[in-house]
Amino acid sequence: MKFMKSLVVASAITAGFLANSVQAGTLDAVKEKGYVNAGVSGKVIGFSAPDAKGNWTGMDVDFARAVAAAIFDDPAKARFTPVAFKEAFTALQSGEIDLLTRNTTWTFQRDTKLGLEFVGTLFYDGQGFMVKKELGVKSALELDGASVCTQSGTTTELNISDYFTAKGMTYKPVVYESADEATVIYDTGRCDVYTTDTSGLAARRTTLGNPKDHIILPEVISKEPLGPAVRQGDQQWSDIVRWTLFALINAEEMGITSKNVDEKLKSNNPAVKRFLGVDADFGQYLGLSADWAYRIIKHVGNYGELYERNVGPNTALGLERGVNALWTDGGLMYAPPVR
Amino acid sequence: MQGLIDRKQSLYCSLFFGFGVITDRKSTNFCTATDSMADRYDRETDKTKRSMLNDTRVRGWVAQALVLAVIACVAGYAVYNVGQNLHKAGITTGFGFLNDPSGFDISQTLVSYSGESTYARALLVGLLNTMLVSVLGIIFATILGFFLGVIRLSPNWLVSKMAEAYTEIVRNVPLLLQILFWYLAILAPLPGPRQALNFNNWIYLCNRGMQIPRPVTEAGFGGVPIAFAIAVIFSIILVRWARLRQQKTGIRFPAYPVSFGVVVMLPLVVLLAAGVPVHWDVPALHGFNFRGGITILPELIALWLSLTLYSATFIGEYVRSGIMAVDKGQREATFALGYSPWLTYRLVIIPQAMRVVTPPLISQYLTLIKNSSLAVVIGYPDLVHVFAGTALNQSGQAVEIITITMAVYLTLSITISLFMNWYNKKFALRGF
Repeated sequence: MKFMKSLVVASAITAGFLANSVQAGTLDAVKEKGYVNAGVSGKVIGFSAPDAKGNWTGMDVDFARAVAAAIFDDPAKARFTPVAFKEAFTALQSGEIDLLTRNTTWTFQRDTKLGLEFVGTLFYDGQGFMVKKELGVKSALELDGASVCTQSGTTTELNISDYFTAKGMTYKPVVYESADEATVIYDTGRCDVYTTDTSGLAARRTTLGNPKDHIILPEVISKEPLGPAVRQGDQQWSDIVRWTLFALINAEEMGITSKNVDEKLKSNNPAVKRFLGVDADFGQYLGLSADWAYRIIKHVGNYGELYERNVGPNTALGLERGVNALWTDGGLMYAPPVR
Repeated sequence: MQGLIDRKQSLYCSLFFGFGVITDRKSTNFCTATDSMADRYDRETDKTKRSMLNDTRVRGWVAQALVLAVIACVAGYAVYNVGQNLHKAGITTGFGFLNDPSGFDISQTLVSYSGESTYARALLVGLLNTMLVSVLGIIFATILGFFLGVIRLSPNWLVSKMAEAYTEIVRNVPLLLQILFWYLAILAPLPGPRQALNFNNWIYLCNRGMQIPRPVTEAGFGGVPIAFAIAVIFSIILVRWARLRQQKTGIRFPAYPVSFGVVVMLPLVVLLAAGVPVHWDVPALHGFNFRGGITILPELIALWLSLTLYSATFIGEYVRSGIMAVDKGQREATFALGYSPWLTYRLVIIPQAMRVVTPPLISQYLTLIKNSSLAVVIGYPDLVHVFAGTALNQSGQAVEIITITMAVYLTLSITISLFMNWYNKKFALRGF
């Protein structure tokens, strides 16, 4: 099965590259086909997963909807393709998807070497450890010699190698192809530790047999800025995706929400008027209409709304804003002004 | 008239060859034969010099050369185009990444490896892990398969039906499910390392795998492998001598038991004479896990077990078909000569059955090697999991890595295929 999968990937890559790769004109291509095709993980609760009714929910999903709203004035014009981690970059490179929004960490090599462009950070995360309570471990520094379950092909695999080497500790990696398998096998007791991004740990813990028997250790061993990525070489398209992200953050900073955005159209604040395209047409520089930002906020909401709806304290994940708060509240969320 | 038909035949051959339709050796021989007959006819009947344009052989070569050139052009264009498009997409290409440090760890390494090792080293580790499980699988599946094939033909109704039931159940369930089944079946009942099943403080069994002691050799051990090598060479000579003597004089010599004794005893004597320069690195619980000794991963056990049990059912059927293909007169004649059933099988039935068994057996071995890539579902670090999985994603060199992986599997398969074809040829009926 795996071999077949690899063959399919290889064929897809080869076929993709044999055909002339699509470089510019992603926006035109998207408009022509009538939807934005976003690659998502499809399995991480709070980021991208179908809910009980089969509707896609999560931060990553909502971000793709925001892009669709800016282009088509209709968030339903975003379609979602679940891509395995291994195939994610290839799917984007070969043009199978228009946008990768798959809680993917922005790293140097991914940005420079793979023909991808990360447009910003949607969620600041970091890698952590989950262990069984009964082991009595209080800190990651006590994990010398532990068996560690994780998912293959992620930055997680590299971070953990770096961390244990730096601390002079040993560990036994047990690597599975998907996070699902890794979680299930961790639950059987094959491993002492399960490691991934802390948001992922919180999401995964809810799926374990007995979530209360497991604790997440306080150490965060890496920086994992999770953000959307596009193909390199189409400046217009990367601008659209980048400014969609900035629009979400700017809207929260200016206090514009999906509920009050219509009232804000009558605002006297020049920055708000500019942002919503009331008396200026900034959208033209993106190849979009003047009300592109209005459409995003109207249909999807601002960054704060996305966060509270998907991963905030009142959700199953129950994550505080922390470093993901606005810069004005002591967090890292900061966007250049629209002017 | 005869000559005309031959010439026509030879023209068809050239045409077919020109378009690369027939590649099998028999038809080559056939064509060569008719070609030479046509030539002889030409020489004998038509002494005038003929134009190259009308020479069927030359036409055939030209056509073949053209087809080859077209294929080479298409392949060359494809490679060039992939390179150009990768370049346009801003993706670094080439095999230079193989010398970069990989940065990830692997759970089972037969050669020394760490996160600082290169991608090339990771490739080697993955390849060795694939070969380990494949070789183990092939050996045990062959033994079990022969056993199944023979007992299925047993006159004992119960034994034969049990073999049949086993074969039908196991070979009709997808291998992927069997791998998952054995993995969870092994993991589920085993305790954690702190409650590990303890066999005499020597071997431990827990859900981290089987922990066995590791022999560590000390100075003075060098004589043992030398003694072993001498014993093996001696055995080979002894077996040959015994066979020749039996052919000449009819007197038998128990060469196999004696060789076995020599191969075991000689190194043992040298070992004892040197004062047993070996100590054991015994596993011991330390913190979370066992330290020291050798860990046999549950993933390896599950994969080996499922590959063995699954492939053995197919091999059993091939063996059964091979035995049934031997005329029953052979068996009756052997019995009439007073051979025991064991000798009948060893000297008469199996050698003849092997002619029928070997070709499908080759395919089964190749299938087993390729099936070992299912390792990925249970996290066994085989070639596909380590190299076409983790390394691919960390380096992003999809085209290069998939190409290397396919080339490695191809090489493995072709090597086994060549060996088995040699074996097949050696034991095929002479005179065909």
